[in-house]
Amino acid sequence: MTKYTDQGKQDTRSGYGAGMTELGRTNPNVVALCADLVGSLKIETFIEESPERFFQVGIAEANMMGIAAGLTIGGKIPFASSFANFATGRVYDQIRQSIAYSDKNVKICASHAGLTLGEDGATHQILEDIGLMKMLPGMTVINPCDFNQTKAATIAIAEHHGPVYLRFGRPKVANFTPVDQKFEIGKALMLNEGTDVTIIATGHLVWEALIAAERLENQGISAEVINIHTIKPLDEEAILDSVKKTGCVVTAEEHNYLGGLGESVSGVLAMHHPAPQELVATKDTFGESGTPEQLMEKYGLNNKAIEEAVLRVLKRK
Amino acid sequence: MAKNQELQDLVYQVRRDILRMVHKVNSGHPGGSLGCTEFLVALYNEVMDLKEGFDMDGIGEDLFFLSNGHISPVFYSVLARRGYFPIEELNTFRLINSRLQGHPTTHEGLPGVRIASGSLGQGMSVAIGAALAKKLNGDNHLVFSLHGDGELQEGQNWEAIMYASGNKVDNLIATVDRNGQQIDGPTEKVLPLGDVAEKFKVFGWDVMEIANGNDLDQVVAGLKEAKSRTGKGKPVCIVMTTEMGNGVDFMMHTHAWHGKAPSDEQLATALAQNPETLGDY
Repeated sequence: MTKYTDQGKQDTRSGYGAGMTELGRTNPNVVALCADLVGSLKIETFIEESPERFFQVGIAEANMMGIAAGLTIGGKIPFASSFANFATGRVYDQIRQSIAYSDKNVKICASHAGLTLGEDGATHQILEDIGLMKMLPGMTVINPCDFNQTKAATIAIAEHHGPVYLRFGRPKVANFTPVDQKFEIGKALMLNEGTDVTIIATGHLVWEALIAAERLENQGISAEVINIHTIKPLDEEAILDSVKKTGCVVTAEEHNYLGGLGESVSGVLAMHHPAPQELVATKDTFGESGTPEQLMEKYGLNNKAIEEAVLRVLKRK
Repeated sequence: MAKNQELQDLVYQVRRDILRMVHKVNSGHPGGSLGCTEFLVALYNEVMDLKEGFDMDGIGEDLFFLSNGHISPVFYSVLARRGYFPIEELNTFRLINSRLQGHPTTHEGLPGVRIASGSLGQGMSVAIGAALAKKLNGDNHLVFSLHGDGELQEGQNWEAIMYASGNKVDNLIATVDRNGQQIDGPTEKVLPLGDVAEKFKVFGWDVMEIANGNDLDQVVAGLKEAKSRTGKGKPVCIVMTTEMGNGVDFMMHTHAWHGKAPSDEQLATALAQNPETLGDY
């Protein structure tokens, strides 16, 4: 199996901050907005180096989305950032009308997605945001897996014209993708080739999928692992090529099974190549307080859950 | 600079356009459209500094954002008559495959429209963003916006109002159409707005009033006065009192014509009160 090494745990939100720092230095049209969460979004360096290109809107996310839409008129590329819950569900209609329907080049950048923000509990743990955003016509939805990939994605979306939802998280997780990677929107990454089962993972679950695949290998099961960082547009070709080979699939995401990556994959398979699928995702529930590890264990979103899902899906082949 | 009579002729013609557009498809919002006819005619033909043609970025010209998108008939008519798109296209209002959607949108590529509106309360934020982009671009032109008074019940406005003064967005002129009416009745019965001018003042805006927003001279003078107040550290608000349905006697003094089209007979009566000046589309 292809070996991946954790270069040292880092939070994906810091990858966003690092990407913003670079954009601040390289792209004069990039501007940043934040709703009273500068420290959490790790954009202090951008603000320090380009204060005139930063807009602190206060605790007023609806206004932030509208201002971001307006800033595009005049050629700016706004990166509007907050926690995932406040950057999506709270302001859905502002995103829908002023950004998506108005075809505005706004990047909605959301930290603290999913359960892993931990102790703050369900009010802050959105598990519905991928669904909300992927349903908007024209919206690109990206959920990178580690620090390096989040940084690369942040830089890449500035070059993409159109609204983007970039989702990342709070905890420090394994940083294992190449530091100099080129991020290609909509292009799945093959992490490990296998023949018995396809594991398609996104975000924090990608590293967990690699751990699961290693354990499965020890049991004589060859798992193909695909990193789907772009949930929309979905790399259907990569999914179909793999599942045609393996004959079954497990999807893994830190999101509700309704509206998430797994549902998108199911749709592709149903249309083109029906195959058994198991979904590692939350089961239509809210989260709760706890440490990230406790929560991922309780809600079945870790490498153990992925391994169990693989064993289940293999029986259905 | 347009002569007063030319503007008045345009007002009559825009009113006819509004009435005929709404009548043809038996839907749309004539009341608020008629109330803001003088304002939009003056703005686009006497006040704003506009480039020829249309590009989305609008660098080097004044910009306008319609927040209360339901008064699209007046917006479309004024844009067409200003040359943004063919006047005959008004014939397609609200029809399938038209660029003139029920509420304005950029999605169909209609020149003159820079943001979708219709879901209320979002336009001021967008106008602020565009004003900030102008400042970043070193563009000294202004951003105008129009808001219904009932629309101020949407909380996002107050986020925007707070932001604009707190951040000295002084290249923005936001006008509130104070017609006192909304779908369910008078604003003061549905959800009282109270003293709108005072509210903007305590939020830190430079506030002025246009006592009769259906008097062309007052509107032109008021908008020019507002322009002179920009660049002084405060966003400018105009509270403009208008009469919904203005120019058509049976549509005035009621909220009944907020979103209702006239019958054939009513259209004839209404058109008889507004002479054809520049030619119907």
